[in-house]
Amino acid sequence: MSEWVLYEVFVRSKHGLNHKHVGSVHAADNEMAMENARELYTRRSEGVSIWVVPSATITASASDEKEALFDPSEDKVYRHASFYKLPDEVGHM
Amino acid sequence: MYAQMVDTGTKRLKTLEEMSPEERDFQEKIDAETKIEPKNWMPDAYRKTLVRQISQHAHSEIVGMLPEGNWVTRAPTLKRKLQLMAKIQDEAGHGLYLYSAMETLGADRDEEVQKLHDGRAKYSSIFNYPTLNWADMGAVGWLVDGAAIVNQVVLQRTSYGPYSRAMVRICKEESFHQRQGYQILLDMMREGTQEQKDMVQDAINRLWWPALMMFGPHDDESPNSQQSMVWKIKRKSNDELRQMFIDQTIPQLEFLGCTVPDPDLKWNEERGHYDFGEINWKEFYDVLKGNGPCNHERISTRRKAIDEGAWVREAAVAYAAKQKQRAAKAA
Repeated sequence: MSEWVLYEVFVRSKHGLNHKHVGSVHAADNEMAMENARELYTRRSEGVSIWVVPSATITASASDEKEALFDPSEDKVYRHASFYKLPDEVGHM
Repeated sequence: MYAQMVDTGTKRLKTLEEMSPEERDFQEKIDAETKIEPKNWMPDAYRKTLVRQISQHAHSEIVGMLPEGNWVTRAPTLKRKLQLMAKIQDEAGHGLYLYSAMETLGADRDEEVQKLHDGRAKYSSIFNYPTLNWADMGAVGWLVDGAAIVNQVVLQRTSYGPYSRAMVRICKEESFHQRQGYQILLDMMREGTQEQKDMVQDAINRLWWPALMMFGPHDDESPNSQQSMVWKIKRKSNDELRQMFIDQTIPQLEFLGCTVPDPDLKWNEERGHYDFGEINWKEFYDVLKGNGPCNHERISTRRKAIDEGAWVREAAVAYAAKQKQRAAKAA
């Protein structure tokens, strides 16, 4: 099986929702990856759409980059609606 | 439990002061119930222990299909046959979810399967017992899947993210397994002939003690448990889980109108738990060492499946290569 490619599987559980990562499968090609993903991750109507993506093609952020990537947004509270206090008389906005 | 006696490679627990800064950071994350994800730093022993435990768990799911496969062609009705096949397919699925979680730790699936086939890796002792009559399908679903659920429900909170998520998925499906097993027994006890009722009692007599052995040795005989608990790979001890299983199973047993082969089983008002007799530990260790009634048969069946399926895997690779070539030519 080592010649087979590892694919990551994403399933859209309902219309209107995002695809969500559910796990992985091994397959010889894209078509087989789709068949295996269907058989493995949607046996009880868990989804309405599947993506399979070769794992090797995914670029992921590294855990030691966490600060460089995510810390800058921590001190920008003004990007959140809750930062802006309005008088009660204005009502819901 | 589907994983028994998983070696952690540690003799003694380290204190926070003795740990390297990375290790301390890691342990503090675990103490704060933050899940460890594949790309996070982790001690080598944590990684190795997880690979051992998850692969053993996966192997158990895969080997666990074999005692049930024995009854697919012998199921009494088409309905029972369909249910059994759905359950067996789930077990294959559970094995695959777990292998996939194991691979996120950098382990190679083929290599780990090879370890199973040449006897270096274990699987749960329970699957080395034969399934001799139809009631065994009921008793396996009710008792064996029942014991697995007690263990796996707790493992949903295990510290390693991919393992925990696989457990959540598996637990959702296991409850169908246990219910279908119990219903098989209930039907036989309610509507069966005396001979069929005797089959139910016989199945319980044979599977009761092996089901209790699934949780592994006593806590004081389980040297690796302590480290696994600190890492939160394990969340409850063997003895705690075994007691939980017995307490929830005995009322179901009584409802069936059956008994278990344990003269010491008795409700203990003071403890609020059932007391029970001592497990035959010699049998447990013998089965684990490979001397159970079906160890040899299970592994040779697995090997045969891999060897005789080799041409299918080769054909799939050849087909994929050809399709790729064709697509390149057409472009």
